[in-house]
Parts: sequence; C-alpha cells; structure tokens
Amino acid sequence: MILRFLESAGATVRESIESLGFATRAFFNLLRFAPGAFRRPALISEQIHFIGNYSLVITIVSGLFVGLVLGLQFYVNLIQFGAEDKLGSLVALSLIRELGPVVTALLFAGRAGTSLTAEIGLMKAGEQLSAMEMMAVNPVQRVLAPRFWGGVIAMPVLAAVFSAVGIMGSYLVAVKMLSLDEGAFWSQMQAGVDVNRDVVSSVIKSFVFGIAVTFTAVFQGYHVKPTPADVARATTRTVVIASLLVLGLDFVMTALMFTQ
Amino acid sequence: MSNLVEIRDLEFAYGDRKILSNLRMDFPRGKLIAVMGGSGCGKTTVLRLIGGQIRPQRGAVRVGGEVVHELRTDGLYRLRRKMGMLFQFGALFTDLTIFDNVAFPLREHTDLPEELIRDLVLMKLNAVGLRNASKLKPGEISGGMARRVAVARAIALDPELIMYDEPFAGLDPISMGLTANLIRNLNDALGSTSILVSHDVNETFAIADYVYFMSAGKIVAEGTPAELRVSQDPYVKQFVNAEPDGPVPFHYPGKSLADDLGLGAKR
Repeated sequence: MILRFLESAGATVRESIESLGFATRAFFNLLRFAPGAFRRPALISEQIHFIGNYSLVITIVSGLFVGLVLGLQFYVNLIQFGAEDKLGSLVALSLIRELGPVVTALLFAGRAGTSLTAEIGLMKAGEQLSAMEMMAVNPVQRVLAPRFWGGVIAMPVLAAVFSAVGIMGSYLVAVKMLSLDEGAFWSQMQAGVDVNRDVVSSVIKSFVFGIAVTFTAVFQGYHVKPTPADVARATTRTVVIASLLVLGLDFVMTALMFTQ
Repeated sequence: MSNLVEIRDLEFAYGDRKILSNLRMDFPRGKLIAVMGGSGCGKTTVLRLIGGQIRPQRGAVRVGGEVVHELRTDGLYRLRRKMGMLFQFGALFTDLTIFDNVAFPLREHTDLPEELIRDLVLMKLNAVGLRNASKLKPGEISGGMARRVAVARAIALDPELIMYDEPFAGLDPISMGLTANLIRNLNDALGSTSILVSHDVNETFAIADYVYFMSAGKIVAEGTPAELRVSQDPYVKQFVNAEPDGPVPFHYPGKSLADDLGLGAKR
C-alpha cells in the first residue's frame, strides 16, 4: 500500500520534471528560431493584427466595466474618510500596476491563446506541419515564431488599452455621475503615477505575460496529439496553465518591483 | 541505371512494436515504383524514413548517395528541396487559397518576382486541371480536387523525387483514373523518380514500372505488374484477386471464438 503510493508519487514527480524539461527545451528552441522571423516582418505584422484583433473588443469592454466598478467602489469607500479626491490616483495605480496587465493577460489567454492552440493543433492534425517540414520549411520558424512575436507585441498594447479605457470608465462614474471634482481626479492621478516606477513596470509585466501566454498557447498546439479530443484538451490546458503562470509571475514581479 | 533511392537492411520500431525489418529496396531514377500492401504494413513508414521525418534503428536510406538519418537539419532540408510529397489527404494549408498553396514552396525557397510565381503556379495548376479554381479555398473543392492541388504543390519546385502516399484513397472512379494518369504523366514529363504507396491494385498496376509487396514490415514479393499478375505467391494472389482468406487472416490474432465463448472442452 505505502510502496504503491510512493511509486505513484515518484512517477508523478518524475513526469512533471520531464515535462518541465521538455517545455524548457521547446522554449529555447523557439527562441533560437524566433529572431529569424524578423527577416519577414510581414508575417509578424499579420499576426499582430490578427491576434490583437481577436482580443481588442473583449479588452475594451472588460476594461470599461472594471473601470466603472473601481470608480464606484473607491468613491463609496473613500468618501467615508473625506478622501475621495485620491480616487483618480488609486484607480490609475490599480489599473496600471496590476489589473491592466493581469486581467488583460487572463482575457488574452482565453481569447487569443485558445485560438492559437486550436489553430496550430488543427494544422498538426491535418498534417499541414508535416507537409511544411517535407517542403523543407521549418514550422517552428514559419508558423510558431511569427505567432509568438505577434502575441508578445500585442499583449502590452492591449494592456495599455485596458488601463486607458478603465481610467475613462472610472472618470465616467466618479466625475460625470457622482460629481467628483474633475480637477482633483486628474491632478491626483498625475501626481500619484510615476512613469518609471509604475508605467515602465506595467509594460515589463505585460511583456512577460505576453511571452508566458503566447508560448504556452503555441507549445500546447504544437505538441498536441493529432486527434480532435486532444486538440480540445490542449485548448483547455492553455487557459489553465497560462492563467496560473500569469498569476504566479505577477506575484513574483510585484514582489521584485514594488517592495523596498 | 543508377538508383536515386536505396534502402538497405532497414529496421524501424515504435518502442517495442516492430514496424519494418530487414528491408531492401531500390528506386531507379526516372522510374515509377509502387509499394503495395495492406493497411498498417509499414508502407507510409517507408516514405517517412525516406523523407527523414523518423530515424531507423538499423540500416540506412540513401537518397542521391546521402544517408538520410546521418544528415544534420540543414542538410536534411537541402535534400528535401529535391523531394515532393503528396500526403494521404492532401495536407493543404486551409487558410490559404489554392493559388497560395501552390505558390508556398516557391515563395519560401526562391526570390522569384511575383509575376513569375504567378505564371509558374498557373502552369502547375493547369497541369492538374485546376487553373480556374486558383482563387478558391481548400474547403470549397472536393477531396479529389484537393489531392490534385496537393500534387501541383508537390511538383512546384520540379523535384527529382515525388512520393505519393495513398493518392487513390477515398476517390471516385473518375478522379482515381485522372490521378493515376496524372502521376504517370508527371513522372515522364518531369523526368523525376516517383514512389507510389497504395493498396489499389488496378490503378497501381496500370501505371507502375515495378512493384514491391509488403506485409508485416517485410518485402514478400516484387516484380513488374505483368509478373505479379501471374504470380503464384499466395500473398500476391490473395491481394491481387482480393480474396477474403489466405496468408492475411481476417481475424485479429488472439484467442479463438470457442475459447472466448467458453465452448472448449473443460480441462
């Protein structure tokens, strides 16, 4: 009984380490071919357009609602202490430092990540990637690398759109509906947000999330077993793994960036 | 006449499951050689080994004198530029038009101006009778037409070696005859060497110069179609005449029905 438990625990640990090693090798393999993709910028810009477009509407709508809710919640609570003037600064910091990159990355994993996995997985199931290899075209360079860069470049832009729309949402609620002073809203925001500490860190975070989500998506698609059931499982795995990676990386980066 | 492809003492297994053993085959330049056999006998594996997609455990495949599994990635890709392969279901890129599918290898491997690529693609599509379908997507044409587009793509770079994996599977009789003629005509017009993997006896015998018969990963018979038609080999006879019983059993090997139903004598 105990022996069997130890055996299965050992096997699980070994398999986990093996798959981690496999994913790491695949990541470095992708990085090896990734710079080559810049020789054909049209392929990358096509993917930025495609992947960015996938997620733009959901990013804008979510950003707006998150901003509306933040404006409302902060106003209701801050007014109890007469500190509602700080609302602009609080909303901007919450969005720029945390919610912008994190929520956008989660939405990005659900929207663009799944379609990347499904697209590459179905290409594999239809032998399109094998056909490409037989035509002496490296699928990692031709298919994976442009999609990887497309996702990595689109993600910070989407996060910036999310934060900007969120700020506009909170402005609508706090200033236009609840009559917060407009001057206080914007001036507090300007005084509270630091370009280096907040905006640059936000861009770095969303760039790292872009790498994590897009790599997870293309990796899951490329290593799928060529059956419909496994393509379906791979898309689910993309969302689960990418979301957990984003949340874990966010904690690590926040700890590194914002603690003294 | 020299051989473009030579297979010597080839062994291949997926894990413990042996697929090919002690295989020896020659594919002379300019000839159309067929590899025939029942499903799962290892025919497609032979093509994958020639293309370098998998590595043998023993023996070697030589293409143009080079041992395929000893080549590094760049060498393998250089060799593959001389090969064209038709996959069983075409493997067309579903997000590209038919024109762009055929143009794909030309755009990837040459710096030809777009006007020249256009002319070349239309000529290849004309050869397979689908010039007027060039603007359609693969989903908008029939399976037989998709197979012909894949042929046009496989010959885009005028390869020395063209491999066809089950080109007749799932085709209606008209498309089947068309495809068979196309394969023969392309082989003769391009002066290339063709390897045709198939289990359709009539179409294959009509166009092949030489035929290898495989069963359970081994060559069981070989010869010209005329020789094989009169062969007394039990396997060839069963296959060519589509007999239900013979060396290839109908039942998957294992326990007998009587054992499964408990009808055997009690011990």
